[in-house]
Amino acid sequence: MAQTVFAPWEEADQKPLIQFKNVTKRFGDFVAIDNLTQDIYAQEFFALLGPSGCGKTTMMRMLAGFETPTEGQILIAGHDMKGVPPNKRAVNMMFQSYALFPHLTVAENIAFGLKREGKPKPEIEDRVDEMLRLTRLEKFGKRKPHQISGGQRQRVALARSLAKAPKLLLLDEPLGALDKKLRQETQFELMDIQEKTGTTFVIVTHDQEEAMTVASRVAVMDEGQIIQVATPADIYERPNSVYVADFIGDVNIINGHATRAGDGYDIAYAEGTGKLHAKTTTDLGNEGKCALAIRPEKVSITAQKPAKVTNAVKGKIIDIAYLGNLSTYHVELKGGQMVKAQTANTRRLERRSFTWEDDVWLSWTDTAAIVLEG
Amino acid sequence: MRRFTLIAVPYFWLLVLFLVPFIIVFKISLSDTALAIPPYTPTLDLSSGWEGIRGFFAALDWENFTFLTTDDLYWKAYLSSLQIAAISTLLTLLVGYPVAYGMAQSPDEWRPTLMMLVILPFWTSFLIRVYSWMGILSNEGFLNQFLLWTGLISEPLQILNTNKAVYIGIIYTYLPFMILPIYSALEKLDASLLEAAEDLGCSRITAFWLVTIPLSKQGIIAGCFLVFIPALGEFVIPSLLGGSKTLMIGKVLWEEFFSNRDWPVASAVAVILLLILIIPIVLFQRNEQKQREAEGQ
Repeated sequence: MAQTVFAPWEEADQKPLIQFKNVTKRFGDFVAIDNLTQDIYAQEFFALLGPSGCGKTTMMRMLAGFETPTEGQILIAGHDMKGVPPNKRAVNMMFQSYALFPHLTVAENIAFGLKREGKPKPEIEDRVDEMLRLTRLEKFGKRKPHQISGGQRQRVALARSLAKAPKLLLLDEPLGALDKKLRQETQFELMDIQEKTGTTFVIVTHDQEEAMTVASRVAVMDEGQIIQVATPADIYERPNSVYVADFIGDVNIINGHATRAGDGYDIAYAEGTGKLHAKTTTDLGNEGKCALAIRPEKVSITAQKPAKVTNAVKGKIIDIAYLGNLSTYHVELKGGQMVKAQTANTRRLERRSFTWEDDVWLSWTDTAAIVLEG
Repeated sequence: MRRFTLIAVPYFWLLVLFLVPFIIVFKISLSDTALAIPPYTPTLDLSSGWEGIRGFFAALDWENFTFLTTDDLYWKAYLSSLQIAAISTLLTLLVGYPVAYGMAQSPDEWRPTLMMLVILPFWTSFLIRVYSWMGILSNEGFLNQFLLWTGLISEPLQILNTNKAVYIGIIYTYLPFMILPIYSALEKLDASLLEAAEDLGCSRITAFWLVTIPLSKQGIIAGCFLVFIPALGEFVIPSLLGGSKTLMIGKVLWEEFFSNRDWPVASAVAVILLLILIIPIVLFQRNEQKQREAEGQ
């Protein structure tokens, strides 16, 4: 069966739901958002990812209406949001602290927004029941927020923000307060609910794994700017900068000097060693400084020099990190460069082929490494 | 044993400083007035042994309590005290809530200063502060002089020696007791709750009614009791600022004790006042209890 890939950002005739147009936000001298332009499409699950202080929360708060841009325009569904207060926007937000009303029961919390719309009582009750079912909280409607667990509170917050069926749901670190296992379960629940309701989700997170799991597109931010926007796979496989490569997942960065060779570049990275070769479409000119980014799982580790491989380097195992299913070997190359290589532990630990101080060969193909501007 | 000692300390404290004096006052309220020192009979005479003790108890009766019901001065004074205390509590709340709200909204670095300004009046004697109000409110006082000077009034306003002056005095004196519990409730309020309310469709004002007020309810209740209870038995303020028409039970009590030297009737008045006060105190404690349960502690 042919499946259409959800990628409205690649279709020219799609109208974006949210448009940031040259938005700048300053707090005094501090520039939180620096001349940012970005489109977000309906039904996307858009993740804003970055370290704390990168401006991702400010972007979200501007969408909700709690902050106003210093310069530039924000459009939602084609309408300029300037001067529209939070209570007049078809946007709801799920707060990092959940911000559940402690004096109201779970059901009253969910009904809060509906009551403000002045809907008839039976309609509100039906909607509340529906939201309780969606978030599997049927039994807890009459409890107060302090009488339920953290995971349940998280679901109440989600139900409350979804109850008004907003066009756009903003989630501010929605899973930050949950432990790892619950977080992973909840990520799938979130995706499920997003798909069921067809709401556009914008999520703010500093957890790259979370962003990769849930989002249709990830925007990696730093210092008030979006460095790269792409699907999770593209962000991981084709980062556009050392910053993105380093921020997402584990990576080896080898700095060196590139010279054009064939369909890519030859990279000299240390005195008295061979050159590495990488295929690329990145244009660095005929030669220049560059950084080579290689994911540890794309580096093979062998005792003998493998035949017919473009890149093979010799090194010594300095450290081994045993992660259960995987092991990461920290290998020091001649000249001091450290390279991490990751292998799946398909054998029992005691039958592991390598140990500390072993001399080994690391190898990778000419397409494994990404050539970035250094 | 250690636990017992720990519990025994507050109980011993209550016994010595509350129960014993209360029993003495209660005993006097059952006695008869006499021209003697102390000015009541009977007094316990242990030298005549068992007979003396029996005679002592036989002489006690409820006469003074019956007397309180025959003269309408007393129940009128109780009612008028309740009314003055209730109205001034409400007025204190209306003045105190905005102050507490303003303090809770102020920048963090300002809060200790504002808090100190609220407590600062306690550093001066209460009596001096009430006297200075006499200077402000009297017909030749600062307030009237100022109003005459601005031309707003042509005749001085009669404020001193009326109930108005009593209200002003009570509000002024007890304002900190209202502000502090409300402030501590508002300070704990999570600002994101108000943002959430706005996000869900509230205007600023409805968010205030639906979130801020209910969540500061405990502070409001605590503040009201802290003002109402002492205001009910207030004596200094009505006698200094109030007029001859200001009827408050504290004043009646004082007059019975010191002008009439009728200790038994005065004690009976005090016992009834205590009974009236116990009701709000019990309500107050139940409220505290409920709050603790609601917070799941």
